[in-house]
Amino acid sequence: MLSIKNLHAAIEGTPILKGISLEIKPGEVHAIMGPNGSGKSTLASVLAGREEYEVTEGEVYFKGKDLLDLSPEDRAREGVFLAFQYPVEIPGVSSTNFLRTAVNQVREYRGQEPLDAVKFLSLMKEKMKLVEIDQKLLSRALNEGFSGGEKKKNEIFQMAVLEPTLSILDETDSGLDIDALKVVANGVNQLKTKENATIVVTHYQRLLDYIIPDYVHVLFDGRIVKSGSKDLALELEDKGYDWIKEEISGTTV
Amino acid sequence: MTVSTKKDHKLAEIFLTGTAAMQDLPLYSNLKKSAKEVLEESGMPTLKNEEYKYTAISKRISDQLTHFGTPSSIDNLQKKIQGQQELFRLEEGYTLVCNNGIVDAHLSKIDPQLFQLQALTELSEEKAAQIGGIEKNEFDPFTALNSLCFRDGIRIDIPDGKIIEKPLLLVNFVRPDENGACIHPRVFIQVGKNAQLTLIEQTIYLGEDPVLVNSVSEWKVGQNAHVRSYKLQDGHKKNLEVSNTRSEVQQDASFTSIVLSLEGGMIRNNLSLDLNASNCEGNMYGLYLLNGKTHVDNHTNVDHKKPHSESNELYKGILADQSRGVFNGKIFVRQDAQKTNAFQQNNNILLSEDATVNTKPQLEIWADDVKCSHGCTTGQLDEEALFYLRARGIGKDAAKALLLHAFAGEVLDQLKEEGFKEYCEKVVHARLGGHY
Repeated sequence: MLSIKNLHAAIEGTPILKGISLEIKPGEVHAIMGPNGSGKSTLASVLAGREEYEVTEGEVYFKGKDLLDLSPEDRAREGVFLAFQYPVEIPGVSSTNFLRTAVNQVREYRGQEPLDAVKFLSLMKEKMKLVEIDQKLLSRALNEGFSGGEKKKNEIFQMAVLEPTLSILDETDSGLDIDALKVVANGVNQLKTKENATIVVTHYQRLLDYIIPDYVHVLFDGRIVKSGSKDLALELEDKGYDWIKEEISGTTV
Repeated sequence: MTVSTKKDHKLAEIFLTGTAAMQDLPLYSNLKKSAKEVLEESGMPTLKNEEYKYTAISKRISDQLTHFGTPSSIDNLQKKIQGQQELFRLEEGYTLVCNNGIVDAHLSKIDPQLFQLQALTELSEEKAAQIGGIEKNEFDPFTALNSLCFRDGIRIDIPDGKIIEKPLLLVNFVRPDENGACIHPRVFIQVGKNAQLTLIEQTIYLGEDPVLVNSVSEWKVGQNAHVRSYKLQDGHKKNLEVSNTRSEVQQDASFTSIVLSLEGGMIRNNLSLDLNASNCEGNMYGLYLLNGKTHVDNHTNVDHKKPHSESNELYKGILADQSRGVFNGKIFVRQDAQKTNAFQQNNNILLSEDATVNTKPQLEIWADDVKCSHGCTTGQLDEEALFYLRARGIGKDAAKALLLHAFAGEVLDQLKEEGFKEYCEKVVHARLGGHY
């Protein structure tokens, strides 16, 4: 479904990603871990199409299409979803109006009829249960004055409504208490199907107790330096990242 | 004659000469005499004048207009109204139609039980003497120019205790002709004790020839009276508009002004609220959406004279192309005006590198127990918010429109008259989707 080959990316001339290759198939959950500054969030941003990053080398194909050639909105319409590390507060734009616009623009792109108000409302109601989000939040301006946990829940709620084929969760767990974390993880798990895939970007192993990954990749200095099963995450939790760093420097010396 | 660079005496001279031959209006001979003196002394403002340092409107008038007289009344106005798409039509309420600044009684729809409506030329001496008593000639050269040039105008009196639930729409149809291209509408509105009124003002420009509309509106708002005044400025690229509005607000009364400036060549609005007694409320809201070379300058002034009054001010602008916005907000809190709350905000979004905003808060506070705040921001559209919306599948243009509409919405939400609010939202929405 997603094929990343030798991806290099820079911001303002500073290289961040230095040759990432990754294959993701439908139904899989991949965790990307790594210390701060290793390039985890950059990878998520590049895949979603954030314009301040410049791809200097490599290619990314999503369902056979050149992803890097698409605008951020077209990537979303093709089925890529980025759950933001810091969801943006947008005063004056109501959550409901925003989401309805998004859903209908995605549907239009796919040649589907727009949803009328009634159908959209019933879709909202169905998905609200999934992430235990309060209806009152959705009548407010988008993310405005939401707590950290509410913002992250709202990300997963949007994901539920938009039904992406590839979800990228960028540090969705950071800053959440265990109750909020469980709600978020539960939402993600319920949305999992054989057809869609998930990339979980995280610093902490804790999230992976609730979202069980098929593969764990360790990112360090812009490269994937180690890949393994979910046990790798436990090992990292146990030994910390220094162990990886030493192993890398050991091999390069 | 000595020519000082601070003043444009030449332009003043043209008006003074032009009006000299006019038939005298005995009711207003004192007002016109004082206007003449002010203009002889001060001339019209140039950029050297602090209050007009960003807005060279006198020069625009000299450059753009050829006829400085008043045009005659428009023929077949009724027919023209029918075909006028830009006109806001009231479903329910009262309408005053003006033809090049002069009220047309046949086309107007007013309930004489609720309003006392009179032409300025038909007033008693006592009532006529109040004209120019609130917005005095010496306050602004354009006020003096209006006083010098107006041939008639409107006075409305709302009797004590009358609550006018439906809005009053004042539409001014404007079209220059071979007689002239300057219109000087003059309005005086007295709202009695405990009375209430919502006024909607709209100017409709027929054709796109250069024209100057220089209006003066004076409000006398009685005790515990409540006024909402909405003004829609949606002309064309060659129209020049100057408005001087001043409201005297008495105890427990409120005055709310909302000015929407959507299209025009150069617009200058002077809005002053004199909160003369305690427990007054003055609200000033503005929205300007500018493109091309449109220039809009809002100068506001609120004067807190007694304790326990409140003022709220929010002006927001979205500027594209080479447009320019000017905001100057004066707040005075006099020594007696303890427990004053005064808030002021001016926020701007620049959509182009060539667009300019000049914003200046001016607070003068002599009382010590007050809450005052002001703030201004000028920046681009929030890139992070734009990306967030696009990452959800919303196209770039739609995302921009959504953000701009949200930005403008804060001002539009202040419109409490549903029909008019819907109309304005529609106009603004079309603009944000299209022109930018």
